Amino acid sequence: MSFISLLWVLLLGSLLGLELIGKVPPTLHTPLMSGANAISGITMLAALTLIVKAEGNVPLLIIGSVSLGFALFNVVGGFFVTDRMLAMFSRKPSNKK
Amino acid sequence: MNLPVIIKFVIDLLAVLLLALGIKGLSKVKSARDANRLAAFAMSLSVVGLLSYYLGTSGIAIQSWIWIIIGSIIGSLFGAILAKKVPMTSMPETVALFNGCGGMSSLLVALGVAIFPISDGQENFDFFKSLINEVSISVSIFVGAITFTGSIVAMAKLQGWLSTPGWTQSKVRHFVNIVFAVASLIAFFDLINGNTSSIWLLVIVSSLLGIGVTLPIGGADMPVVISLLNSYSGIAAAAAGFVVDSQLLIVAGAMVGAAGLILTQVMCKGMNRSLVSVLFGGSLSAQSTASSGSGEYTNITSCSVEECALTLEAANKVIIVPGYGLAVAQAQHTLREVTKKLEQNGIEVVYAIHPVAGRMPGHMNVLLAEADVPYEQLKEMDVVNPDFPATDVVLVLGANDVVNPQAKNDSSSPLYGMPVLDVQEARTVFVIKRGMNAGYSGIKNDLFDLPNTSMVFGDAKKVLNDLIGELKDLGVGEK
Repeated sequence: MSFISLLWVLLLGSLLGLELIGKVPPTLHTPLMSGANAISGITMLAALTLIVKAEGNVPLLIIGSVSLGFALFNVVGGFFVTDRMLAMFSRKPSNKK
Repeated sequence: MNLPVIIKFVIDLLAVLLLALGIKGLSKVKSARDANRLAAFAMSLSVVGLLSYYLGTSGIAIQSWIWIIIGSIIGSLFGAILAKKVPMTSMPETVALFNGCGGMSSLLVALGVAIFPISDGQENFDFFKSLINEVSISVSIFVGAITFTGSIVAMAKLQGWLSTPGWTQSKVRHFVNIVFAVASLIAFFDLINGNTSSIWLLVIVSSLLGIGVTLPIGGADMPVVISLLNSYSGIAAAAAGFVVDSQLLIVAGAMVGAAGLILTQVMCKGMNRSLVSVLFGGSLSAQSTASSGSGEYTNITSCSVEECALTLEAANKVIIVPGYGLAVAQAQHTLREVTKKLEQNGIEVVYAIHPVAGRMPGHMNVLLAEADVPYEQLKEMDVVNPDFPATDVVLVLGANDVVNPQAKNDSSSPLYGMPVLDVQEARTVFVIKRGMNAGYSGIKNDLFDLPNTSMVFGDAKKVLNDLIGELKDLGVGEK
């Protein structure tokens, strides 16, 4: 991937984010913040790449593993906590029908 | 293109699509829960895609597997336990903690690549030979460190582990932060010049900058800061994407970065604060006590819980205004019991939710949903404001600035222009409050002086419990 095409990816990703999030009711701001936060743990892919490419370099393996741990803490915790919050919302309207 | 490359390409594309759909779905109440699961699925899919790519090309050494498993198990386990155990009222600091760890992850990846340049299988290249990689490593470290220390400070302040030190309210803090910022810039250019050792300087000063910027900010503004830091963690992930050459990371990071910015903007609007004043203005109370609004109360009416119960019993329509104090006292369940009794007596009960009620936008909705309040009874400010003149009783529970009429009437007030709930239009207003302390803004609340306002002093939970007792004695809600 050339640098220029990565810049395009960055630009289009940002625009997509702005467009997707533009219309959210205030009720969902906390869950959305928490859900988006879980997605930012996508750095786990970078940590995985680091570990796979470490080629037996133990310090690098350790750094990668710690990084992976932090990222997964963010991802797993973030999605679970968001689900807990949203479970409370979805219960009521569905019962009413 | 060989098969593993094609498979990874397809999986990445699918993951991006699902993540976008997930974020989109999170913006509607009905689809939000499924959308969150969809996003979680997309994340797992992306891991499968990456691992299968390496299995199909270079292979993954046993040693790597061991470290992958160790890191995954520890991280996931702690994350899951915390997510299950944490009380709903502590949501802001929990999000801050998760967010900080995401930043730390990006920081560590960049640090690892910087210290031990890794080979790329086919074409060997040294990461420090390419300017782009140096820049993306530096950005990843800089943003990652700020996100980490900033989030941890935010969490500690929200938990009450850290208070705002006095010197951070003086102009000294700007000087200190400028020094940190300039030092990071120097380290940044030194790094690009090929001086690898200055990477540690960059780590240290950007960490200090994160602390220095977050420490002076008062508790009321903290949600805005967390939202901004959430945006930063997205930027850090995107920067890490440049470091390891992954489009998926860049797209996902950019989406989160943009989302955080929009949310930050919305929160600022709700509090009538600009982002600049949140970040550089320090704690609001420090400035405003010096200006207007610190006048004395002249006409406070205080009343007993019994009187409050009597008035409630005679009412036809009651509006509840829940605020931060209710969240702190964890009184949402007790409140629900009170309103249940009123409803059983045929009294119409509605909850008026200010956009920034609670500790974060939307936080109050979560707390009330936890206490089984029907979603239909939660009314947003613009919907509920025209209803106040036709309302018999308003119960203000631990809210203050969001019901201050000064924001509408007094153009010299620092609150002027902030959207507020027009509770003073109702026939009777009860304000349940611990004492006469001012709200976040430190500004006198004109509402308390009005003849139709009565203060009920006490902890929200205790007052509500007493109220249940009084209502019982009156026979309300018993059939």
